[in-house]
Amino acid sequence: MMTRFLASLVVSMLILAGCEQQPEWNGRDISGLMPPLEFGLTGEDGDPITEEAFADQVVALFFGYTHCPDVCPPTLSRLAQAIQQLPEEKRDDVQVLFVSVDPERDTPEHLKEYTDYFGDQITGVTGEIPQLRKLAKRYRTTFSHGQPDEDGNYTVSHGQAVYIFDRSGKVRLMARDEMSVDELASDLERLADS
Amino acid sequence: MNTLLEWLLPYTFSPGTVAFFVLAAGWYARGVRRLRAEGRAPSGWRQLSFWLGLLLCYAVLHTRFDYFGQYMFFMHRIQHLVLHHVGAFLIALANPLPAFRSGAPQRFTPDHPLVRALRPLALILQQPAVAALLFVGLVFFWLIPEIHFEAMLSHNRYMLMNWSMFLDGVLFWLLILDPRPPKQTEHMPGHGVRFAMLWATAFPQIILGAWITLGPAELYDVYSVCGRAWPMSPHTDQVLGGVFTWIPPGMMTVLASLLVLRMALRDSEAGSSATAQRRT
Repeated sequence: MMTRFLASLVVSMLILAGCEQQPEWNGRDISGLMPPLEFGLTGEDGDPITEEAFADQVVALFFGYTHCPDVCPPTLSRLAQAIQQLPEEKRDDVQVLFVSVDPERDTPEHLKEYTDYFGDQITGVTGEIPQLRKLAKRYRTTFSHGQPDEDGNYTVSHGQAVYIFDRSGKVRLMARDEMSVDELASDLERLADS
Repeated sequence: MNTLLEWLLPYTFSPGTVAFFVLAAGWYARGVRRLRAEGRAPSGWRQLSFWLGLLLCYAVLHTRFDYFGQYMFFMHRIQHLVLHHVGAFLIALANPLPAFRSGAPQRFTPDHPLVRALRPLALILQQPAVAALLFVGLVFFWLIPEIHFEAMLSHNRYMLMNWSMFLDGVLFWLLILDPRPPKQTEHMPGHGVRFAMLWATAFPQIILGAWITLGPAELYDVYSVCGRAWPMSPHTDQVLGGVFTWIPPGMMTVLASLLVLRMALRDSEAGSSATAQRRT
């Protein structure tokens, strides 16, 4: 008796859940966990830039640096490929914001050269260390600079997360490493359409 | 000087945290002063225990330590160790309630609406089974990988996590370390019950700590996703974090067991000498 009751309860709950739920995102849904997109940094042309430059666009925010040997290049290239898969008229609705946390080496000109190599929808921004710390703290991540070697080269440790914001600037998804280009493209298109 | 200031200032300023610690310190200090005037001041070591516990909890919540707690798993575990098992333990060991009662504003009488509203909640939380379940349950809850991930991403959930650990720690140890003989009030668990509470909460936590230490790799990937405070392999971080979940809380349980045992012996001696006196 009890088992039958429990079984029917479970089944009805499953049905209800199935009716109400939107299809799952491929990325991790982080809606409401973080504040909306907001920053004050320096753009690729050396001028100040804020989130207003990306009004009504889907933004994928990513912290990194151009000398990054392993994490940044594949992440940027996967994001660029995903955007290339979108229908042509939607591509400019999606922007990648590459925040360099290595302002010492990543001058605006150098950043521009680097992001242009990956694609048109990728914008590099950087700033003074306190400005960058503020943004990193806002999105609960951090970065640190390693000791320079004899040639002055150093590594920068930074988070691997890609934060995706919808057109209204609200945080929606965190892209994961193991997401394929197709999965990434499908999430970005859904956000651009909504 | 600058670096010292950097270490002392909070990573994320929280007015609520400042208010809580200022109030707790102020009420306690005033209460001790009033009790002293009445000739029943708490002993020096109890006062020391209170201030040390309060200072430790403040330090892990509202100084640079909090930054490392956010970006290193094992530092996060040390933070919770202090909040739940060490700082809270020291605060409760001080038996601070008489001082608080005496030092709190006079309007908080037993008939004050706020005090009356909180009493049923306090009675529920003081049930031995509820207190024990909450004490070890919160450790498990915040260490569920999904829950942990979101707590580290959201400022509000992060605050909720730390404060729930701190407040629950103080409540639990107040119950365990209450120095009054248990029969004085109806709601106090006896020494045997306290002993059971200690070990019923210690064993699951020991298993959890061992599992984190020796178990599957990258249980808590949020620290890789968000970046670590300094370069350390995820494996080392997890092993250290597991050890801090496993060993020191167990040691605190042993220490608390000895204290409970001592209280039980003291009470039974007092009881038998009272009987002996009646006989003569």
